[in-house]
Amino acid sequence: MGKKLLLANDHVPGIKNYEVYRANGGYKSVEKAIKTMSPDAVVEEVKKSGLRGRGGAGFPTGMKWSFLAKPEGVARYIVCNADESEPGTFKDRYLMSRIPHILIEGMITSGFALGATAGYIYIRGEYFYIVSILEKAIEEAYQNGWLGKNILGSGFDYDLYVQVGAGAYICGEETALLESLEGKRGNPRIKPPFPAIAGLYGCPTVVNNVETIAAVVPIINEGGEAYAAVGIGKSAGTKLISASGHINKPGVYEIEMGITVEDFIYSDEYCGGIINGRKLKAVVAGGSSVPILPADKILTTPAGEKRLMSYESLSEGGFASGTMLGSGGFIVMDETTSIVQNLHTFARFYHHESCGQCSPCREGTGWMEKILHKILDGHGTMADIELLWEIQAKIEGNTICPLGDAAAWPVASAIRHFRSEFEEFVQNPTNLKKVRHYESVNQLVSA
Amino acid sequence: MSEVKFSNDSLAVIEKIVARYPEGKHKSALLPVLHLAQAEFDGWLSPEAMDEVARVLNLKSIEVYEVASFYTMFNLSPVGKCLIEVCRTSSCWLKGANEIVEHIEKKLNIKDGETTPDGMFTLKTVECLGSCGTAPMMMIGAQFHENLTYDKVDSILETCKTEDKRKTYFDQVNIEHY
Repeated sequence: MGKKLLLANDHVPGIKNYEVYRANGGYKSVEKAIKTMSPDAVVEEVKKSGLRGRGGAGFPTGMKWSFLAKPEGVARYIVCNADESEPGTFKDRYLMSRIPHILIEGMITSGFALGATAGYIYIRGEYFYIVSILEKAIEEAYQNGWLGKNILGSGFDYDLYVQVGAGAYICGEETALLESLEGKRGNPRIKPPFPAIAGLYGCPTVVNNVETIAAVVPIINEGGEAYAAVGIGKSAGTKLISASGHINKPGVYEIEMGITVEDFIYSDEYCGGIINGRKLKAVVAGGSSVPILPADKILTTPAGEKRLMSYESLSEGGFASGTMLGSGGFIVMDETTSIVQNLHTFARFYHHESCGQCSPCREGTGWMEKILHKILDGHGTMADIELLWEIQAKIEGNTICPLGDAAAWPVASAIRHFRSEFEEFVQNPTNLKKVRHYESVNQLVSA
Repeated sequence: MSEVKFSNDSLAVIEKIVARYPEGKHKSALLPVLHLAQAEFDGWLSPEAMDEVARVLNLKSIEVYEVASFYTMFNLSPVGKCLIEVCRTSSCWLKGANEIVEHIEKKLNIKDGETTPDGMFTLKTVECLGSCGTAPMMMIGAQFHENLTYDKVDSILETCKTEDKRKTYFDQVNIEHY
């Protein structure tokens, strides 16, 4: 069994409630930070830990924190990004609904480190049932003196609120999230200025993912060096992986970074292999945005070594043969899967979620969806495949926020690694009717 | 329709929501208040409902319209008492989301986006709701229904027949927490 830092107490009955959470070592990081450390010392520990943003970008958290401007007399904010919307990703939902207090604790310790006056947890609207779980946890934290005025007699005042979104993937982008939190449309802002200088209400702001904030708790409890000792190289610590698709045991797994991809897919400790003993065809390893890889490339690096579940190993080979860890949304596809049909669901998703601010993304995502629809309808031409390639290449890098890249990469990688499937659909449209998930229909019938 | 006005209970909740933000930043309350309005005013945001939101938050109506029209969860046309939202993105598609949609379409005799003539059910296909490991799934009101099979869908729809799910946002959130 790998080391567990966030889900260590997941099995404890009643861990959702304050008393149980506290009895199992909860809120110790707040005590330790406020009573024995300076805010800068907390930031230093997070730097030492090597923690990287768990929302998808993997940017070093300690460095992000150290960019925060601290002008006199200006409020500072910490905002938790709980807008988890990347297809294939459901780890934050799992963590918040099962151990809500670890997020509250992390928000307080992080808020202390940054000298924040208030924190907001921005949660996607579809997770409405979790709002009441978080509200209850926050209320318990207030009642027990962890939030409010003069926390632990330190003079540190800090309030924490939950803000609910309303169904927009783009609000997971940090500046769009801030716009939305200010009550506006979720259009990403042009950077610079970065939120660390001018974020919420124009004040210095740090935006971190749920899992990132939660990881601050074990980092402060055990020390940054102890955290850095877990994992492999620059992929320090543990990572929550959301596993879905054609596997025997879908779910959320906390892994120590550095285990092999093969182990993760086939070991009984994790995914438990492919359903019905079928062959692995492809994996989207880090949420819908990252390049899809065929079985041989996801299991093995270009150097012929076993690929590992880490930021570095997954990206080995660049986009020619590698991918990214991203948000850890691990979608597994067996040999019956049509890559083109799956891509169509992604293309439709990005078209729906484009905010419409930048033309390449607004027009390009719709165009790509339509071409894929045409191909799946049996009217595609070989030129359409080239056109798809051309469009994605013209979106990538030409938009204000990364949604453009996120829409382009799945298309590019599907064509790069599975071009023959596109050609098959174009040349033999009658075969299309045969492509269908009979496996899934059988599952749906037998309860 | 009678005059669109928030109830006194809702007005009290709105006051608490506005208090979460710094002085003068009450526009931040717009999304939560639109959710409240949708729950109170029959599950959708009519121009009158949006005007009422603008009135209580002291915003211009256009500021409310432009925001309401951006977010998927705000319905700008009437919906049935049970809004069925079936996820169909990758992981759900891999596990049979299209078949679930077809099953519901046949059962209710409506197509994606339509409402049954009795105003009971609206069917809508949506993008990833974060239930990929428990696919296929659908959301009704604020409730997730996961690991769907045809039988499960049938029994869920049967229990929904007599309920008005449009107010579930109210039920799910303990108002006291605001």
